[in-house]
Amino acid sequence: MSTEGTPLSALVERADAIYRDYSLATVRDWKARTGGLAVGFMPIYVPCEILHAQGVLPVGLMGARDDLEIIKGDAYYQSYICHIPRSTIELGLSGRLDCLDGVLFPAICDVIRNLSGMWQMLFPDKLVRYLDVPQNFEPEIGGRFYRHELDELARSLTERGARPYDAEALRASIGLYNALRREVRELYALRQREPWKVPTSELYLLLRASVVIPVQDATQMFREYRALIAEDASRVPLDQARVMLTGSFCEQPPIGLIRTLERAGCYIVDDDFVQVHRWIQSDIPTDGDPMQQLVMAFLQDAMASPTRYIDKGEKGADLILRIRRSQAEGVLFCAPSFCDPALLDQPMAVRAVERHGVPWTAFKYSENTGQFQVIREQAGTFADSIKLWSAV
Amino acid sequence: MTIPTKSQKDDSQLRQKTMIARHFDRLAAAPETGEKNVYTFVPGNLTELLLSFDLLPVLPEINSLQSAMRGKTAEYISIAEKLGHSEDVCTYVKSDIGMMKSGNIGPTGQRLPNPDLLLLSYTGCFTFLKWFELLREEYHAPVAMLHVPYQPDGRITPAMRDYVVKQLKDDIIPALERISGRAYDEDKLREHLKLSAQAEDDLVWVLQSAKHKPSPIDAYFGAVYYVGPIFSAFRGTEGAVAYYQALRAEIAERIREGKGPVTPDGDIEKERFRVVVEGPPNWTSFRQFWKMFADEGAVAVASTYTKVGGVYDAGFRHDPSRPLESLAEYCLGCYTNLGLPTRIEMLAQYVRDYEADGFLINSVKSCNSFSAGQLHILREVEKRSGKPGGFIESDLVDPRYFSAANIKNRLESYFQMLEQKRLGGAA
Ligand code: SF4
Ligand code: SF4
Repeated sequence: MSTEGTPLSALVERADAIYRDYSLATVRDWKARTGGLAVGFMPIYVPCEILHAQGVLPVGLMGARDDLEIIKGDAYYQSYICHIPRSTIELGLSGRLDCLDGVLFPAICDVIRNLSGMWQMLFPDKLVRYLDVPQNFEPEIGGRFYRHELDELARSLTERGARPYDAEALRASIGLYNALRREVRELYALRQREPWKVPTSELYLLLRASVVIPVQDATQMFREYRALIAEDASRVPLDQARVMLTGSFCEQPPIGLIRTLERAGCYIVDDDFVQVHRWIQSDIPTDGDPMQQLVMAFLQDAMASPTRYIDKGEKGADLILRIRRSQAEGVLFCAPSFCDPALLDQPMAVRAVERHGVPWTAFKYSENTGQFQVIREQAGTFADSIKLWSAV
Repeated sequence: MTIPTKSQKDDSQLRQKTMIARHFDRLAAAPETGEKNVYTFVPGNLTELLLSFDLLPVLPEINSLQSAMRGKTAEYISIAEKLGHSEDVCTYVKSDIGMMKSGNIGPTGQRLPNPDLLLLSYTGCFTFLKWFELLREEYHAPVAMLHVPYQPDGRITPAMRDYVVKQLKDDIIPALERISGRAYDEDKLREHLKLSAQAEDDLVWVLQSAKHKPSPIDAYFGAVYYVGPIFSAFRGTEGAVAYYQALRAEIAERIREGKGPVTPDGDIEKERFRVVVEGPPNWTSFRQFWKMFADEGAVAVASTYTKVGGVYDAGFRHDPSRPLESLAEYCLGCYTNLGLPTRIEMLAQYVRDYEADGFLINSVKSCNSFSAGQLHILREVEKRSGKPGGFIESDLVDPRYFSAANIKNRLESYFQMLEQKRLGGAA
């Protein structure tokens, strides 16, 4: 049954419009209304709470789609480098990101790292910060280093004109982000239970919108969505294979790819898309020294990711746990072309899922991929084989 | 490493050859002698610290490049790709995996021992992190992780240094103590650091000799041999000190004689172009690549690749009076750990200081650490130095990405352009 013209479809369309808006109209409106600063951030994770507490709107920059004509970006990157840096440069040089007062570049790979240096030079009037994150997770070692990075981040925001750091304000912001994270977790849990109710192609649009709009609005959007789908009786189970999709934590796939997978017979019951609101896995305490709470959450409660060095336990244990929790019947390794963290990790992840007897298939994409025929066939065959095996 | 075609080998080359042979003999014999070894990386290597525990360093990056020079990497990479390693990632890693799967035969034809420890000095390259995760799975060896923060603003902050020093004290040294069965001996470390600084002085002298006209060295192709001992297992040894003294004396002699650099095909008779080079060389066709320069009379007078194991010409020296702080600063200062603006400034400065006619970027497909941003570097260095830049693409150790005809064409056009500029300038 069609949901066209319903409040649900209106909500998804709103999210879609935000996702499609390269010129960040909602951010410009917010700035006009509040007079606050807006600062972009690259994938995967930055502690948005700090920005929020200082009156700054965090804006997730997740690259582009196939409808962005790359005019200047290709002059900055060779063909063997992933797509997201060139689309980000394109957006920047074409003035679409002018409303941002700065951009944060978290340490996830050498491409983002080097992009931070280019950004410094191309946009000398903006705040540009490389946010280094520790690969040592001891509070006294990596924790101390990260604390310093976060203090410096807060200081640089103030220098840029944001409100000075205030512990009480940060506690309040952590509370707001806890609420948002809870909503996202709930929705992921619901999708795992009843994937027919939460198509990933919708969830994805909501996630993309949620990194651009203010935190309370994002929380409200997820809440409304949950309420609306609960009322929607037209969403009934189909004979689809339950799959987990992994590898898409930075450069994001085009929405068309996600739709293609769904149409090919897959229920995506867990994924790596837009991880910023899931990076910290549970509520961050709002008592004590809030900056230190952010540090500890990063050290002790962050998601496993190919971008982090994990020296404890069996390699891939997190992946297996997620497969079990989501009751995925198979894994789609779905990484951007030329993505070092995803592709270097993949052989180890593949071995882990094979050890546990989980079927898998792998393909690559680019954020501007426009043709999905091959992927559709591959995913369709994969879904069919899973269904066949689960039937015997 | 040695330059094989010279019939009359210089003293320095013989010394280097002997050092390498002895080292690999010890590694090959390690299963019998019980000597312990540590696999680690060139950027941010802690050779003096390893030596102070009598541990033998193994550098997988160098093994990969040596495998390429011996024509083995096509096969090794293909083995790794068949095992599921992506065609998109660094070929050093795949070559290493392929080498291991083929019996782990090292550059001297002897079998390398399995690692007793993987010292993951995570400096300047994300791939390192995954490389040793992969090796950990293969060898079931313990890993000691040293995270070296990046220098986005071209300066080392106390927080960065403290972070590295603390890891050295709390993680790395205890791991080395466990493997070696010995206690940390700071005096011994200081002795090695003193020797490092001596060798570093001579290396810098050699690299800066390229300021002479004609340059007595090729600071890219030739210099990969010169940096060999200091970038690998020998920094901090008497052998390295003696090697660099001998090398310095030989180069001083060349200057006195007004000679240009040695190449595999003999001396360059006439220095026609002085160029600065950014990016690692291609190793599968190293001599062919070098010849393309030498045939045009093009001499590299400075390069950034020769700084991946330490930027000594900017003044850094290992300092025995501050052993761990100095090791931390060394790691932090390696070339690929420097922000793009710093890299750009360094290149522009080289073009000026070495009175280069231009600069060339060899962009390798494997390496995001080097390559992401090089087109920006190209434009910026041109702008700052006022000299033309050239851009070629290849790979480190994957022969599929060395298109000789293409590269030769590009180089010829580039050198023609330099010539025309010169004529235009003279007119
Ligand atoms: S897609 Fe992968 S390689 Fe590219 S910027 Fe993102 S994490 Fe880095
Ligand atoms: S990515 Fe670059 S720096 Fe890293 S191991 Fe490969 S060649 Fe070396």
